[in-house]
Amino acid sequence: MSEKVLMKGNEALGEAAIQAGCRHFFGYPITPQTELSAYLSKKMPKVGGTFLQAESEIAAINMVLGAAGSGVRAMTSSSSPGISLKSEGVSYIAGSDVPAVIINVQRGGPGLGSIQPSQADYWQATKALGHGDFQLFVLAPSTVQEMADFVALAFETAEKYRMPAMILSDGMLGQMMEPVVFPDATEVHEGDKSWAASGHKNQRKHNVVNSLYIEAKDLEQKVVERYQRYELVKANEQRSESYLTEDADIVVVAFGASSRVSRSAVNAARAKGIKAGLFRPITLWPYPVDALEKTIGTAKKYLTVEMNMGQMIEDVRLAVNGRKPVEFFGRTGGIIPTPAEVLAKIEEMAK
Amino acid sequence: MTEQILNSLKNFILVTGHYGCGKTNFTMNLALDYAKAGRKVTVVDMDLINPYFRTSDFKGVLEEKGIEVITPVFGGTNLDIPSLPASMYGIFEKKDVVIIDVGGDDAGSMVLGRFKPQFDTVDYDMLYVINRFRSLSTDLDEAIEVLGEIEAVSGLKPHYLINNSHMMAETGQAIYDEGKQFAEMISEKTGLKVLCHTLDKELYDKGIVIPDADDSIYPIEIHVKTIWQKQKMVQI
Repeated sequence: MSEKVLMKGNEALGEAAIQAGCRHFFGYPITPQTELSAYLSKKMPKVGGTFLQAESEIAAINMVLGAAGSGVRAMTSSSSPGISLKSEGVSYIAGSDVPAVIINVQRGGPGLGSIQPSQADYWQATKALGHGDFQLFVLAPSTVQEMADFVALAFETAEKYRMPAMILSDGMLGQMMEPVVFPDATEVHEGDKSWAASGHKNQRKHNVVNSLYIEAKDLEQKVVERYQRYELVKANEQRSESYLTEDADIVVVAFGASSRVSRSAVNAARAKGIKAGLFRPITLWPYPVDALEKTIGTAKKYLTVEMNMGQMIEDVRLAVNGRKPVEFFGRTGGIIPTPAEVLAKIEEMAK
Repeated sequence: MTEQILNSLKNFILVTGHYGCGKTNFTMNLALDYAKAGRKVTVVDMDLINPYFRTSDFKGVLEEKGIEVITPVFGGTNLDIPSLPASMYGIFEKKDVVIIDVGGDDAGSMVLGRFKPQFDTVDYDMLYVINRFRSLSTDLDEAIEVLGEIEAVSGLKPHYLINNSHMMAETGQAIYDEGKQFAEMISEKTGLKVLCHTLDKELYDKGIVIPDADDSIYPIEIHVKTIWQKQKMVQI
C-alpha cells in the first residue's frame, strides 16, 4: 500500500507491524489503544500471521517472550494500566536478551486513571518498566507518519542490541487521523537470530533463553555485559529534532503530542518577536543528550512541556547540569496543554 | 446547495459509515445548518465504540444554538463503559429533525438493531458516509463490504451516499475529483444516490477546489480537530 491514506495512529502502528514483518501479535484490549488490536485482528489472518487476544496482559507479554525467544518478530500493545501488568514479562524479556516490541498508548494515571491522553508513563518507560538492572529502547513518535515509520526501527534496534523496544505513544496520537504513506515494499532487515531457541535439529548445541542465574557472579557478568551494549545504544541511537533552536533564547523541550502543541506555541512566540525554539527528543532512552548539548551555548532558559506533573524535566536538568535554568509547564490527568497556555508560559519566561 | 440538501432529507436521519469516515463532523454541520434554518433539532450521539472525537465533545457548541443533544450515559467522561439513556426511546416521538450519529462500521451500527421496531414506525433516511482516502475503505469492494455489514447488523436499509472524501489539510482539486469518481462508482454498484459531496468551506470559498456546475456540493466547517489545529495562532 504505497498510496497516501488517512489513518488513526493506532491503525498505522498495526499496519507498520505487518510491513515490518511481524507475524505474531499478542494483546488484550484497552482504551485508547484498541484500534491497533482491532486492525491486526482483521489484517493478520490475511497475511498468514497470528493475532491472539490473550486472557490477560500478563499472558500476552509472556507469549511475546516465548515467540520472540524462538526468533520471530513479536509485538504486544496496551495502554498505561495494561503496561504495568506487563512489567514482569518485560523484565524477563530484558533478562533473557530477547528482542521484542511493546507499544504503550498512554492514558491518564495512576490506577485506572482516565481514558484521555497522557505522558505520565515517561518514568516507567525510561527508568523502571519492571524490576532489575535494565533499559528499554524508547521511541516517541509525534505524528501518525512517525507511528508508521518507527515500528520497523524499533524491531531493528531491538534485534541489533537484543533488548526490548517500546513505542511510547499517547491516546491523542493513537486516536487522531493524519495522512500517512507506507513505502512500496518495505525491506525487512532482520537481525542475527543464531541465539534463538528455534530447534537445533541435531545440527548445533541447543540454545537456552533464560533469565535465571543461580550463581551471583554469573548474573553480574551477564548484567555488566548488557550494560556494555547499553553504552553502544547511547553512543549510536540517540535521535531528536531541533526546530528553530540555533538562535533560540528559550528552548522548549517536548515529545509526542505535547511537542505538537509546543511547536504551535513556538511559532506564535516567534511571531511576537520572542526567540523560541523546540527541541524534540525522538528517543527517550537513550536520551538525546548530545543534540541537546548543542543548544546550551545559545539558550538562556529551557522549558519542558509535558502531559504529566514533570518527569522528563529530570533528564533535561541532568543534561543541562545546572548551567541554565530549566522550567516546567504541564497538564495531567488526561488534559492536553493548549498552545495558548504554553505561549503564555514562554512569554512569562521571556520577560 | 445546503438548503436543497436539508430539504431533501426526511426528519429522521441516521448517519452511518466506516470508522473515521467523518460521520461526527458531518452530523455537526447538518445539525447546525438545520438550526440556522429555524428547525428544531435533536442530535443523538449513538456512538458506543469510539472514545475520542465524538458528538458528545461538542455538546456545548450544539446546545448554544438551541440544539438538544442526547448522549450515552458517561459520554464525554472518562468512564470506558458508555450505555444508552432511557431518553433514547423519546426520540421517536420528536416532531422535527432528529439526527443520529452512529458509531463506525458494523460494530458501531449494531446498536441500531435494538431500535429496529421503533425505526419501523418512523420515516427515516439512512446515510452512508464514505471517504475514498480512509484506510480500510479505499477500494470499492471494501467500501461496499462495510455497507453490507452495517445493513446486516442494523436491519435497516440505507438511502443515500454522502461523499465525504478528503485528505485533511492536503485536500485539493485532485483529491476532490478522485473522491467524486469513487462515490459515483459506489453509487452505480449499489444503486444508492449520492446526496452530496462535502467540501471544506474554506477550499470552496477560496476557489481552491472548483467542482463541476452540476455537482451537489455541501460546504462544511471542520469541527473535529486536535487542540493544536484549533488554536493555530499563526499560519506556517
